Amino acid sequence: SIRCFSALSPEMRSTLDKVVKSHTVVLFMKGTKDFPQCGFSSTVVQILKSLNVPFETLNILENEMLRQGLKEYSNWPTFPQLYIDGEFFGGCDITVEAYKSGQLQELLEKAMCS
Amino acid sequence: MGVTKEDVESTLTSALKPSHLEVIDTSGGCGASFEIEIASEQFEGKRLLERHRLVNGALAEQMKHIHALSIKKAVTPSQWKPPQ
Repeated sequence: SIRCFSALSPEMRSTLDKVVKSHTVVLFMKGTKDFPQCGFSSTVVQILKSLNVPFETLNILENEMLRQGLKEYSNWPTFPQLYIDGEFFGGCDITVEAYKSGQLQELLEKAMCS
Repeated sequence: MGVTKEDVESTLTSALKPSHLEVIDTSGGCGASFEIEIASEQFEGKRLLERHRLVNGALAEQMKHIHALSIKKAVTPSQWKPPQ
């Protein structure tokens, strides 16, 4: 029989369910909002700061289990990963695109007021 | 274990049958960082997140060895506008 290794244990899944819902905007990134350690993560931090929304960041470089588990949880292979209202929104390119089109601001306004 | 621009191109070509595809190696030659612009019928009716998921899914094997992948454009053939 074939056994597949999964980094996402049931415990981690339920923890992540709680984490992504703990704040309206949650960003999993390389580094911290004050000290991003990758250009892509830095870009998303700059966008969120410029929109003046409160957001929580988690540094995936400090926790390899979290990093691997999140890739499965989000079904997304790279970081940063932005969550809005408990839902996966996208990575850096999607966030930049939505920022340029005004959709991100619209979504955040709705999310912050709900 | 390097991934080349040609690997990325041929994988995306067979998976997504793009009408337009541009893969730019942004690594300075080490083959681990790419920018992608792609137009495909398969993006029709899909949101940007779903389009990016299709690209990421097609490149699942290569992603293990790619350090950075930037999808600059993921559009349908009718949305594709060549740069002015």
